[in-house]
Amino acid sequence: MFAKLFKNSVGRKLIMAATGLGMIGFVVMHLLGNFSIFLGPEGINVYAARLQSLGPLLWVARLGILAMAAFHITFGIWLTLENRRAKPEAYAVRKRQASTFGSETMIYSGLLLLTFVVFHLLHFTLRVIFPETSNLIDSAGRADVFTMVTESFRKFPVVVIYLAAMAVLFFHVGHGFKSLVQTIGLNNDKTLPLFGKASPLLALVLVLGYISIPMLILFGLVKG
Amino acid sequence: MNLTLFVWRQKNAKEKGRMERYEAHDVDPDMSFLEMLDVVNQDLIHNGKEPIAFDHDCREGICGTCSLTVNGIPHGEQKRTTVCQLHMRHFKDGDSIYIEPFRARAFPVVKDLVVDRQALDTVIQSGGYVSVSTGEAQDGNTLLIPRHDAEYSMDAAECIGCGACVAACPNGSAMLFVGAKVASLAQLPQGKVEAAQRVCVMTETMLDQGFGNCSNHYECEAACPKGISVKFIAKLNREYLKSLKE
Repeated sequence: MFAKLFKNSVGRKLIMAATGLGMIGFVVMHLLGNFSIFLGPEGINVYAARLQSLGPLLWVARLGILAMAAFHITFGIWLTLENRRAKPEAYAVRKRQASTFGSETMIYSGLLLLTFVVFHLLHFTLRVIFPETSNLIDSAGRADVFTMVTESFRKFPVVVIYLAAMAVLFFHVGHGFKSLVQTIGLNNDKTLPLFGKASPLLALVLVLGYISIPMLILFGLVKG
Repeated sequence: MNLTLFVWRQKNAKEKGRMERYEAHDVDPDMSFLEMLDVVNQDLIHNGKEPIAFDHDCREGICGTCSLTVNGIPHGEQKRTTVCQLHMRHFKDGDSIYIEPFRARAFPVVKDLVVDRQALDTVIQSGGYVSVSTGEAQDGNTLLIPRHDAEYSMDAAECIGCGACVAACPNGSAMLFVGAKVASLAQLPQGKVEAAQRVCVMTETMLDQGFGNCSNHYECEAACPKGISVKFIAKLNREYLKSLKE
């Protein structure tokens, strides 16, 4: 069945949609988990310790996300190249009627997000960007994620990087969500305009949720 | 009124083309866009120059032969209108108008504004039909079809095959064209029989013919002179999902 999906235009689109949906799911869960930082060290440090205690299950989840990202990126690049070949000559004048800035820049927003994810993993997962505040242990003997995050987000340039990445996420998910709904065939006359509006709204809620963390830390409103 | 035209001129499929400037004088606002071009061509012929080649047939907005991109929009800015039914009253005296062919790899330029849209026919030939015997005309009435299904199918069947969707799509995809045909047939009992193989064959032929993939920009729907909705692409996607089970 996979071979069939790969060679068909709609099949490839379905792969983009399914992996995209999976990653939106991850982005939602990740945000909910991150909110535990507002409870202080007793929130996020406990959350982190619980995640780590999952052991092999955690690795299953990580590999799952990695596989989804790999498919999404590979097909995204492949389809973009194929689509460009299908439109070799540009119009001297072109007027956009329905497409959006977000929809026409998916490949760029996608690649920027990939760059950000690499940075983010180096920052908080491999902890090599600020090793001096990233490998501490709290009084209960757990990894001190709270200090790692709050110390990072007191640095203005770091906050700027995260804000910029979230702006990119807004454009990517803003088109991506409504696009995947269409691809899995859920649309009719009523739902088309509905998801057209819901998609950027979902992206906005996610992005506001995410940027609330560095912003509140930067303004000193998150206390241990 | 007087207009300045920038028109794509290209001798044949092999040679490189370029935009050329023409002045259109004393254009009557009641002329159609193509009549305006006819007048410009008369002038060119009188002056011993090569007239601008463009496709046209019924000039009533139903055949889908005319294929001009006017100011960056296939068939021009007027909604749900083929360019033959676009009238000069929608322009202002002194306007500059850019006229280009429908652009896509699958639509090679034959000459000037004329493009070869055979690729769409090839897609239809691959599966856009019903091969079971549906009987004589009167047999049609013996097979009752719910009104909703009939209307839905006819809405999709409104497609005149002009290719504006392809020309408008940043990916040069023909998914709206294919979606309209797949949806129209899959909604009717006669078309359901071959629905699964049809959606697969037609979408694969689409790629073979050099069209791109759909990434849901919806430029196609905005440019379609018949207002075919992208809901038919969603229907195509559902039909494809169903075909995976077979």
